[in-house]
Amino acid sequence: MKYMMFVCSDAEPDTDRSDWPDIDVWVAENDARGRRVRGAVLAPESAATTVRVRAGELILSDGPFAETKEVIVGFDLLECADLDEAIEVARTHPMARAGRLELRPFAEFEQ
Amino acid sequence: MTGRLDRLEEVAADAYGRIVATLIRVTGDWTLAEDCAQEALAQAVQRWPQEGTPDNPGGWLMTVARNRAIDALRRATVERRKLAELAALTPDGTGPGDRGKEEEVVDDRLRLVFTCCHPALALESRVALTLRTVCAVPTADLARAFLVTESAMTRRLTRAKTKIADAGIPYRVPSGPALDERLSGVLAVLYLLFTQGYNADGDPAFADEAIRLARLLRRLMPGRREVPALLALFLLQHSRRAARRDAEGRLVPLERQDRTRWDRAAIAEGLAALADADQDGPYGLQARVAACHATAPTASATDWAEIARCYDALSRLRSTPVVELNRAVAHGYAHGPQAGLALLALAREGGALDDHPLALAAEADLTARSGDHARAADLFRRAAAVAHSDPERRALLDRAAEHSL
Repeated sequence: MKYMMFVCSDAEPDTDRSDWPDIDVWVAENDARGRRVRGAVLAPESAATTVRVRAGELILSDGPFAETKEVIVGFDLLECADLDEAIEVARTHPMARAGRLELRPFAEFEQ
Repeated sequence: MTGRLDRLEEVAADAYGRIVATLIRVTGDWTLAEDCAQEALAQAVQRWPQEGTPDNPGGWLMTVARNRAIDALRRATVERRKLAELAALTPDGTGPGDRGKEEEVVDDRLRLVFTCCHPALALESRVALTLRTVCAVPTADLARAFLVTESAMTRRLTRAKTKIADAGIPYRVPSGPALDERLSGVLAVLYLLFTQGYNADGDPAFADEAIRLARLLRRLMPGRREVPALLALFLLQHSRRAARRDAEGRLVPLERQDRTRWDRAAIAEGLAALADADQDGPYGLQARVAACHATAPTASATDWAEIARCYDALSRLRSTPVVELNRAVAHGYAHGPQAGLALLALAREGGALDDHPLALAAEADLTARSGDHARAADLFRRAAAVAHSDPERRALLDRAAEHSL
């Protein structure tokens, strides 16, 4: 199954700094096992532009679509057997400690 | 006639979960599995009284449910693989290819329990889904117990089943280190289920279901010694159920209960489970406390020093306000009311026990035993004012009256 893993900031990161995982090790391991299809770090939300079209008119606004304390700072597209495997991949990501991760499966449509 | 139906209920309680669990594994369709299991039970109610109970009632139900699933899937023209696998199911729920495949040896009901208790589901959904799917508790009863409308409960169950499918929650008992984490989550759901049944205003049937599930888990996971610890705790507490209320429905405190009304069979089974259990984990320690009460011939002969030791250990393992409160009570009986009051004062420091009815009742009891009856009566009345249920309130007001004399 494909999961989009949103990497988010968090106002209350883990205070325990021991055994902090290394992002390069995480990427190398999950790329090698075919569980990470691709991923990227995003520019800060100050660079975001939100786009809408209403009644044929283009409406642009400066900033992210939702004003929240926690913001999306990156993503990884995962290919995992099931949610348990995706959770295992997510729990070893350093941002599981410094922030929070949201696992969203791709919707599956029956033909 | 009623004898036959009782027999049917007994068979059904055991067979239902097994059938649902197996059909989910083969078809992946939770709703279909539940519908077919219910259809099989409905047919049994109709046919067994006339045709006689079959030699292998569980197998009969499995076969009827399987055939019903085959019909439903034929009509829906789904994949041939599922149909072939269904057709090959034997009455005990295994298929011809199951022998020797490591993955398939796991009992389907165990898979079902672990899936219903998956931590990616909301806790309230885990409890409801386990009761509905594994124990066949009707949705209307769940709605009543969890204080929501029946349609809200139906939505909660549907949402949980949809999430299992959409999020890719596997139908599997985890292995390796993940099993420790997940098993403790399953036991926590069972504990919640038991508490729901054991509470003063709870549905006692839920406590029976929790015991049934704990027995099942113990049978299916013989190597896990925290499971018999939880089962022992359930059985030893539940053994007192007939003595916990008087004829007017008032709660009777432990020390005043008629011990001849305690369920000796449950106590014996509980003690046997405890002998086989990890006695130093959180459930094992609580079970040891329950065993001290269950084996004391009279309230005054209770081994309070051992109970105090168990709470000391629980406090080190997992300190919560309620553990600290019980620890204070235990020390109060083991080492005198002043020792109890001192620990109670410590337990209160965080503020979590402010206006807590049990904390006020404990302070009232310790105060009464230290000889200050006027203050004790006042504390019992304050506890009654914040009590969570009517039976508790009445019991506390009775205590207040005793010390007002």
